[in-house]
Amino acid sequence: MKTHFFGDTAVLLGRSLRHISRSLDTIITTTIMPIAFMLLFVYVFGGAIKTGSGSYVNYLLPGILLITIASGISYTAFRLFLDMKGGIFERFQSMPIARSSVLWAHVLTSLVANLVSIVVVVLVALVMGFRSPAGPLAWLAVAGILMLFTLALTWIAVIPGLSATSADGASAFSYPIIFLPFISSAFVPTATMPGPVRWFAENQPVTSIVNSIRDLFAQQPVGSNIWVALVWCVGILVVAYFFAMAAYRKKIA
Amino acid sequence: METTSGQAPVIHVEGLEKSFKDLQVLRGVDFDVAQGSVFALLGSNGAGKTTVVRILATLLKADAGAAAVNGFDVASQPAQVRESFSLTGQFAAVDEILTGRENLVLVAKLRHVKDPGAVADALLERFSLADSGARKVSEYSGGMRRRLDISMSLIGNPPVIFLDEPTTGLDPQARLEVWAAVRELAAHGTTVLLTTQTLDEAEQLADRIAILHGGRIIVNGTLAELKALLPPAKVEYVEKQPTLEDVFLALVGEKD
Repeated sequence: MKTHFFGDTAVLLGRSLRHISRSLDTIITTTIMPIAFMLLFVYVFGGAIKTGSGSYVNYLLPGILLITIASGISYTAFRLFLDMKGGIFERFQSMPIARSSVLWAHVLTSLVANLVSIVVVVLVALVMGFRSPAGPLAWLAVAGILMLFTLALTWIAVIPGLSATSADGASAFSYPIIFLPFISSAFVPTATMPGPVRWFAENQPVTSIVNSIRDLFAQQPVGSNIWVALVWCVGILVVAYFFAMAAYRKKIA
Repeated sequence: METTSGQAPVIHVEGLEKSFKDLQVLRGVDFDVAQGSVFALLGSNGAGKTTVVRILATLLKADAGAAAVNGFDVASQPAQVRESFSLTGQFAAVDEILTGRENLVLVAKLRHVKDPGAVADALLERFSLADSGARKVSEYSGGMRRRLDISMSLIGNPPVIFLDEPTTGLDPQARLEVWAAVRELAAHGTTVLLTTQTLDEAEQLADRIAILHGGRIIVNGTLAELKALLPPAKVEYVEKQPTLEDVFLALVGEKD
């Protein structure tokens, strides 16, 4: 019995990408909130926030990118939920194809869609004055971290996508993730926060990821931050993948 | 693909049991479906018809009993079973955002048939969808959607087709369209397992009818055999009134 995992995944990926290209509003709604936050923080609150030297848009872009991904993956859950509810998921599962390619196509679609959203947000940041002396290698490193972060959050999104009973339920899980950057070093230095909040902010995953990306953009040494960030991303990825697979096995025989 | 010899049933179900938590839906279901026939599984809502189909379609595991499709056991040879059938679900499982043709091409590619485009065009033609092939499925009527759904199931010529309540929620005209499609399948030698809750539909389409009730098959036979279970018909003279369906179809103009 030969399976065509890569071929089947490519065909199904083509299908989901066609969905996205026909509903570009999902990209727009994904990017509109992070862009609004960016405008708000740079032009309204930014003047009162002391982040040391350098422009504030440079300081906050890494956090905004994480918010972009967090809001983007709610569509991953939503698309998967629609496939489950519409019955096309079962149709695919009942066909002689590599069964897991149905999930992988959604995961890869999530990577592509979030990449597009991130490019849009970075372009807006450039217009707002974001500048980085970072070379191609540092940019590649940033892209790598963001991809890993997207992958980790995408596997979290797969869980409600498979098991939610309503469309709202499928995407609601992303709200806490979207707000996590607010209690981190994304918008203000953690040093200004009171004890317990500061402890939480400094030890949650967003801070290490944000600090790593910020240092990479600023051509500064990233130190141990990047290792902490990678451990968080891989750790979340592994745990989420495990639970997503458990949810998947519950759904199919 | 292995083909079973003439007399062996294409679908064999024996002692099938399935419970959902405390609810015992199937309590030992047995039936066979002969090659090239149309077999109707008749039962009221919640009788477990869909559960039987889902087990046969390798989407659900049975608690006990055995089931085989095209000679392959659903529990131990699911991959071969999936090569042998197509499923058309209770709610037309088509991609709303894609066009009708793109839906067909998608399934054709996943089934690795040669020249997916030509296969899609031929099916659009066969199911009178050629004019709507380039339109998004979300703009299709219920009947068109179901016809597309059935045509998607034909790609790759699977020997067996499961139709789970193919006409539920359709208007009378669309129902006639779907019936025509099912007869067309049977004429091509495909074995069809059909579930339905309308007696009419079983009577119209099926070579054999089994009634699923209380988790078991309580009768299984041809229409004539089932009718023979009751006392012989008395001759009564009844004025032949047109049914509301006759009136409706005459007024709106029956489509071919």
